[in-house]
Amino acid sequence: MQKFILKQKTRIAFISFISIILAFFNHYVIQTTLVSEVLLIFASIIGVIPIALQAYQALRVKVISIDVLVTIAVIGALIIKNYEESAIVTFLFLFGSFLEQRTLNKTRKAIKELTQMAPVSALKKVGQDYLEVEIEEVEEHDILLVKTGAKIPVDGVVIEGFGHVNEASITGESLPVKKSIGLKVFAGTIVENGTLYIEAEKVGEDTTFGKIIELVEEAQDSKSVAEKFIDRFSKYYTPLVLLLAVLVYLIWTDLELAITILVLGCPGALVIGVPVSNVAGIGNGAKNGILLKGSEVISDFSQLDVMVFDKTGTLTTGTPAVNHVKAYTKDISLTLGYLKAIEKESDHPLAKAIVDYIKDDKNYLVTQTEVVKGGGIIAQIDEKKVLIGNLKLMNQMNISIKNDVIEDIKQLESSGHSIVITAIDHDIKLLIGIKDQIRPNLKQDLQRIKKLGVKELVLLSGDNQGTVDLVALELGLTKAYGNMLPEDKQAYIKKLQSEGKRVAFVGDGVNDSPSLALANIGIAMGNGTDVAIETSNVVLMNSNFSKIPHALGLTKKIVSNMKQNIIIAVGVVLVLLASVLFSQWMNMSIGMLVHELSILVVIINGMRLLKYKLKKRRK
Amino acid sequence: MKKVTIQLETLTCPSCLQKINNAVKNLEGINKDSVEVLFNASKVKLNYDESKIGVETIEDAITKLGYEVKKSVIKDR
Repeated sequence: MQKFILKQKTRIAFISFISIILAFFNHYVIQTTLVSEVLLIFASIIGVIPIALQAYQALRVKVISIDVLVTIAVIGALIIKNYEESAIVTFLFLFGSFLEQRTLNKTRKAIKELTQMAPVSALKKVGQDYLEVEIEEVEEHDILLVKTGAKIPVDGVVIEGFGHVNEASITGESLPVKKSIGLKVFAGTIVENGTLYIEAEKVGEDTTFGKIIELVEEAQDSKSVAEKFIDRFSKYYTPLVLLLAVLVYLIWTDLELAITILVLGCPGALVIGVPVSNVAGIGNGAKNGILLKGSEVISDFSQLDVMVFDKTGTLTTGTPAVNHVKAYTKDISLTLGYLKAIEKESDHPLAKAIVDYIKDDKNYLVTQTEVVKGGGIIAQIDEKKVLIGNLKLMNQMNISIKNDVIEDIKQLESSGHSIVITAIDHDIKLLIGIKDQIRPNLKQDLQRIKKLGVKELVLLSGDNQGTVDLVALELGLTKAYGNMLPEDKQAYIKKLQSEGKRVAFVGDGVNDSPSLALANIGIAMGNGTDVAIETSNVVLMNSNFSKIPHALGLTKKIVSNMKQNIIIAVGVVLVLLASVLFSQWMNMSIGMLVHELSILVVIINGMRLLKYKLKKRRK
Repeated sequence: MKKVTIQLETLTCPSCLQKINNAVKNLEGINKDSVEVLFNASKVKLNYDESKIGVETIEDAITKLGYEVKKSVIKDR
């Protein structure tokens, strides 16, 4: 019965609205006061039923809620025969909570969409058949079948089949990834074509996707110090308002004033304002591949002083690539063909870069190879002796090097390249400069970060000072230190913090996890891997550096949005209470209207965060 | 001790939190410090002693307040 009534709240609000309209029509047009009074009483009574029910439930568990205040006020208004007020107040309260529900759902939408991406069912092997079961029934080591278009239900490994999987929900990368036997697959990713048989390794909350969802869910309800204060405040606030109203009644025996205070004192917007900003802001982040771990993180990140970066894999892509090719022969394609044939057999990072760079493969037969440690490779192709390696190898093998080649080598080295020389039959043919590539658009991103108020951008790297200085110059960093071990980086961050600065550290989640943990804000560039999710305060779903300025701008907006909401809420209550004491026009209905409007204003204000986008810099 | 996460219908009024919090904490066999009512996620998380209380009793206490329980997930601790 109770549930039924509460479910009908919207309908009741509608009926009460109609009654009120009819009552006013009767009163002013037909001028039958009796009918209009009856209608208003009817509207008040059906309107107050659901409110009173909630009030009763609250009192049973010793909570003086807004419902309690409103119920008393409405009963009071009925006693002093102010039927107009009682009807309008109940209607506004019901209608307000209907609107709140609607708008709140909007602010929560972004996060809800994320959680609804979680798989709900799976095709599980039972005996010889695959049966559809609920996701909760899947355990580790179960064998599952995933068909085209279906969601992979668990983290696991492919044991049979082949297909392309869209892993955007985990890595943010929208290009499908090939999956075949032995490769790992992740819960929440989608098989675009093919059929996969997988063995479950992790299920439910233990999967990477499960962890992401849990993280976001916890974050949207996490509370900062300020919020905890407001919570405690509002716990005592409502009883205080009740007490005040009782005192006013006892001292001045003015029931009308007392019940007006009850309505005006409702704290609605105050309690709801901050969580609304929080959920909308975190929702915006989640939509953009940025997971913010809660309110404290948002507040710390928004007041950042220094951002410290690791180099390899953070400012650079972490995969070296061919940046410069200089030929000393006419037959470049033959040399490149030889080079590719030999380097294909090596797993050295520089060799990989070269293989990636040379597109066509002529499949020359390599008859003999010898690896010279710290030098390079000596190989035999077509009865020719091919040397691939550094200057040291060339000197060792007594290759004569012309002055212009020496000049070229020096120049490439001074600009931070690793050098690979190719010589065929004692003649130098090719010079290749390989460099770890700076991430695209990094300079603009760093400038945006500076513009958002971060005073220092510092590079700490294990590389030599020369290379580090070069990067710092190119990117316009404030400071750059080379030859840093992980513990040196930690010490540096500690020093900054002891100077009272708020520090963010951006690095990979593996080597630098102590620094990530130590910094006020840790940001791991780790493609949504477990480590990155666990060690970071801000998780970037696809190691996309350009999300950092967005995240920074967003946190600043969230913090100011929360402040606006607190000011609106407190302001409204103060203005209402002041006007009831010092003005004539204030009454219950206006109070309730203003009060409900203020709640809607803070929700709509919070909703703006869902649309936040970092402004593009003008060229 | 077991940990239960109870998914409720969407919570919209902030005073629901206080009501649910009080209602659940008053039950026998609940670890009071573990009770968390999440407004935006509309969830209740708590640890309880399964020898003293069943999940149904906890769900009942919440349903009686007028909030629908959608699903409970229990985990060992």
